[in-house]
Amino acid sequence: MTNQQKTSVVQAPNSKKLVRKLILTVIAMFGFGFALVPLYDVFCDITGLNGKTNESAATYQASGIDSSRMIRVQFISRNAQNIPWRFEPMIREVSVHPGERKVIKFYAKNQSTTNMTAQAVPSVSPGIAAAYFQKIECFCFNQQPLKAQEDVEMALQFYVDPELPTDITTLTLSYTLYDVTQAAGS
Amino acid sequence: MTTEVLTEDLSEHNQHHKMTGIKRWLYTTNHKDIGTLYLWFSFIMFLTGGALAMIIRMELFQPGLQIVEPDFFNQLTTVHGLIMVFGAIMPAFTGLANWMLPMMIGAPDMALPRLNNWSFWILPFAFAILIGSFFMESGAPNFGWTFYAPLSTTYSNGSTAFFVFAVHIMGISSIMGAINIVVTIMNLRAPGMTYMKMPLFVWTFFITAYLLIAVMPVLAGVVTMVLTDTYFGTSFFNAAGGGDPVMFQHIFWFFGHPEVYIMILPAFGIVSTTIPTFARKKLFGYSSMVYATASIALLSFIVWAHHMFTTGMPLFGELFFMYCTMLIAVPTGVKVFNWMATMWRGSMTFETPMLFSIAFVILFTIGGFSGLMLALTPVDFQYHDTYFVVAHFHYVLVTGSLFSIYAGAYYWLPKWTGHMYNDVLSKWHFWCSLISVNLLFFPMHFLGLAGMPRRIPDYALQFADFNKWISIGGFAFGLSQLIFLVVVIKCIKGGEKAPAKPWEGAEGLEWTVPSPAPYHTFSTPPKID
Repeated sequence: MTNQQKTSVVQAPNSKKLVRKLILTVIAMFGFGFALVPLYDVFCDITGLNGKTNESAATYQASGIDSSRMIRVQFISRNAQNIPWRFEPMIREVSVHPGERKVIKFYAKNQSTTNMTAQAVPSVSPGIAAAYFQKIECFCFNQQPLKAQEDVEMALQFYVDPELPTDITTLTLSYTLYDVTQAAGS
Repeated sequence: MTTEVLTEDLSEHNQHHKMTGIKRWLYTTNHKDIGTLYLWFSFIMFLTGGALAMIIRMELFQPGLQIVEPDFFNQLTTVHGLIMVFGAIMPAFTGLANWMLPMMIGAPDMALPRLNNWSFWILPFAFAILIGSFFMESGAPNFGWTFYAPLSTTYSNGSTAFFVFAVHIMGISSIMGAINIVVTIMNLRAPGMTYMKMPLFVWTFFITAYLLIAVMPVLAGVVTMVLTDTYFGTSFFNAAGGGDPVMFQHIFWFFGHPEVYIMILPAFGIVSTTIPTFARKKLFGYSSMVYATASIALLSFIVWAHHMFTTGMPLFGELFFMYCTMLIAVPTGVKVFNWMATMWRGSMTFETPMLFSIAFVILFTIGGFSGLMLALTPVDFQYHDTYFVVAHFHYVLVTGSLFSIYAGAYYWLPKWTGHMYNDVLSKWHFWCSLISVNLLFFPMHFLGLAGMPRRIPDYALQFADFNKWISIGGFAFGLSQLIFLVVVIKCIKGGEKAPAKPWEGAEGLEWTVPSPAPYHTFSTPPKID
């Protein structure tokens, strides 16, 4: 009797079923890797991880202005991957009461000789405060096309939620400007 | 007439032997052949990855740029890491599993022999692609073995596609190997061998195989995302398109941390086999060992973010991951104390496998302690990305995993070859390795605490003395490994004839078959009481 025959006798019962289950597990875990992408976004929304702010316009809720507190809101800008634009806040810092609406402007100029499209991505520090920083109107909700040498003033209207923890007195809003000309073109 | 029938039977029985040359190895479905292939392949990869490390240590011998460009230095560290993790340690464990698992549970072979053949033979292609990228215009991957986005996407040097394809093949190979191990253990145990009667070696591979099945697909997922981000315009990790580079680290380490245990749990299994043999006592606390292994495996899924303390997590997150990580020290401590209790008042002898096992227990514990230090969020901010981390993971992977593989190799060499290894040479291998490995990795702790960053080709002058000693230790350790090659070749070619059970205190089914183990063992399953 050969060994092969013996082996097949021994392994006959439920190898196939088990192998099928294990392969299904493998496929499920591959899917789980991709499922982590939306899960991560949900997680960031809840915890304010990475200072992600609201991605679409918030409606202003007139829940009253807390005039007992002053919050410093600082603005900084950064050009990613040397995008040849001038991009900066027109005012570096404002002080607001929680609940108070404020409009400020950013300046952008396409200093290159080609037409380009850019996308600003915001981030709030400390990250835990991101959920309390509400943008009513923001240039970051849309892509910004600019012709060569064209410039624009872009508005940001926001308010700080009065629920903001009292130990936070300063918020920093950072915008990073990315070149999305290729993605916008296709 | 009868003799004729008998020879016919035998020739059919031995048809695998009849295949000659390369065909025997290409077409083999025999677990012993495939185990041998895995072990040789991993040793070749170990020497290859080691050669890269030698160039790294040459460059770091003194401050300043001497022999390689910074970009090539990054390629060296990246490929060194990838080869050692996926090419040396993991295939070596799979090789041991192939050789020993069927013999330990009384099975005739692995459950899925053809799959077994395939899972080995795709590996050389993966590493040909990876190593071949050195010779391409763009160069080899230079973004670290952890391939953080955007280094591997936006700033890729063009090697990302080769890297991703190679990792996919390695992953498929590991997954197939793991499926085979699970099916073999669940379906092919000899009658009477209940789960809690399995040798601990079998248990650790069983649990490791489940870890592989759970996390290798996640690695496949994350490399796929890197691939599409780099070449197909998706934005998983690109903030401009709404993605997040930090998410890469979360997904990667969700794979990466269980991967760490994939490389150490089988080591626990090996020393849990060798220490009782040479202490001539039963393994202390067998069932607590099984539960400890399982708890480490489960905990490994909820600690990944301790690699990312400096990415700016909420305080709650940092505390959660810190405490969960420290919790792993409990089952690990159970194991270390069990090994010590096994040796306690045992009739110990110090054959080479035992020497490597004892060195494992001590040096792995040092690696565990530095891991505990890294788990502390407040101090991790100082240690993060310094040579302290390098010291830590080399203590657990070299003096941990690698030393256990050596312990296993010396322990079973008589069973594999039928000869005893050269005792004097093997002791030279051990002592040279032990001294040089500590000269190599111990000073790295001090360098890291003093602030020397990892993955740099040049460094500040105050680190010069330590680096010189580390390099000397590195060259000595590299050369010492060649002694092992000599020992193995001598052992295959000849030497003292090994009895079926060369170790007085050894237990287990593998010692009931003759040495060398016949091509087919346990065609009829043994009976276990």
